[in-house]
Amino acid sequence: MKFPAFKYLRPSSVAEAAAQLAEHGDDARLLAGGQTLMPVLAMRLAEPEVLIDLGRIENLRGIALEDDALRLGAMTRYVDLERSALVAEHAPLITRALPYVAHVAIRNRGTIGGSVALADPAAEMPACMLALGAEIELTSTEGNRWIAAEDYFLGLYETAREDTEILTAIRIPLAPERRVGFYEVARRHGDYALAGAAAVGDVEDGRIQGLRVAMFGCDDLPVLAKTAAKAAETGVLDGAWLEADVSPTSNINGEAHIRLAQARVAFRRAVTDLLGVSNG
Amino acid sequence: MDDVFDITLTVNGRRVSRRVPVRQHLTDFLREELGLTSCHVGCEHGVCGACTVRVDGAATRGCLTLAVQADGAVVETLEGLSESGEIVDLQAAFVDRNALQCGYCTPGMLITAAEMLDAKQPMSRADIRTFLSGNYCRCTGYQAIVDAVETTLTARLAEQEPSA
Repeated sequence: MKFPAFKYLRPSSVAEAAAQLAEHGDDARLLAGGQTLMPVLAMRLAEPEVLIDLGRIENLRGIALEDDALRLGAMTRYVDLERSALVAEHAPLITRALPYVAHVAIRNRGTIGGSVALADPAAEMPACMLALGAEIELTSTEGNRWIAAEDYFLGLYETAREDTEILTAIRIPLAPERRVGFYEVARRHGDYALAGAAAVGDVEDGRIQGLRVAMFGCDDLPVLAKTAAKAAETGVLDGAWLEADVSPTSNINGEAHIRLAQARVAFRRAVTDLLGVSNG
Repeated sequence: MDDVFDITLTVNGRRVSRRVPVRQHLTDFLREELGLTSCHVGCEHGVCGACTVRVDGAATRGCLTLAVQADGAVVETLEGLSESGEIVDLQAAFVDRNALQCGYCTPGMLITAAEMLDAKQPMSRADIRTFLSGNYCRCTGYQAIVDAVETTLTARLAEQEPSA
């Protein structure tokens, strides 16, 4: 499984990359960590004419604390997020979720921007962005714009990013008191999730408030389980209302009712993880 | 005609310059250009781990990395790790525990395990299995591999404790 032939470009700045993308548009693919794109090329599911390698653009990498947000450069690798004290302090949901992302060698190369740009419906990072209310920066030759994660994910591998835009950064609003929980159901560690849940919320006197739970692996895109989260705030933690929020269909991984049951398990365990009680 | 690119990198401590087709992955570059055949071609889409090498100190899938992406990088293969003696204890434990049968997964397994050992953290057998979960072995059932890695980790942790 050798890669198809392509032309390789290696820009050294975002401006240069944006200009190359503007020139080649849909014929080009952006190469971030390559941990999904390269298998896609190997299996010839895509044969782009041009690969634009973002790997040499230094200022796309890095984790920085701003006044009201944690800023993650799009080319920041999972391994760097995993080891970051800033991420552990200000976006612990990401720290909690990262060990579930594939395997060590993949996390050593894979990037958060690559995952969010691809928007795989079973991937962990897009769901975390949704739960955290992150903002996503898209840059083209025309300039840049910020878009809320809730408006960014549109469908199966479909996002608000235009062909001429590069996902350049992610901003996570600071919320010091907020608690987090995470769980995913998978056949083996590191596999794509059959169903997963990423949760953030406040806990006062044992009661959950402001709960946001992003479900992944259930639908074509990560979705906020708003009904089930409201129910959880009143003490119904088992995801009984989840079918109002997600609609898994029968597929190779199981029949619809089994997938819904898995989603409920993920929901309940993520919320109990957030509460700090043991996952039954 | 394939697009080509000139790269210079360090492989097992030696500086290497080559002109490579841009679509060539690092595994084929190491094997075919440099004759470093410990880097195995397995699934060629990032699942099996047989092609694991070190790039800039981190375990990496050779088959998911273009040779051009390794331009300027420090690459180490199992040949390099063997020559340096860095994992001589781990290799001995693999032999002792018969942790390989056909040997196809072994170089990748050793490089991944070496990264785990470098962290110098106590780990349970379940933790070891999780760490190695990206490297497939189709012969051993993993039991002996986990034994060998656990033995090496225990010995290294004991070594670094101050003597009583």
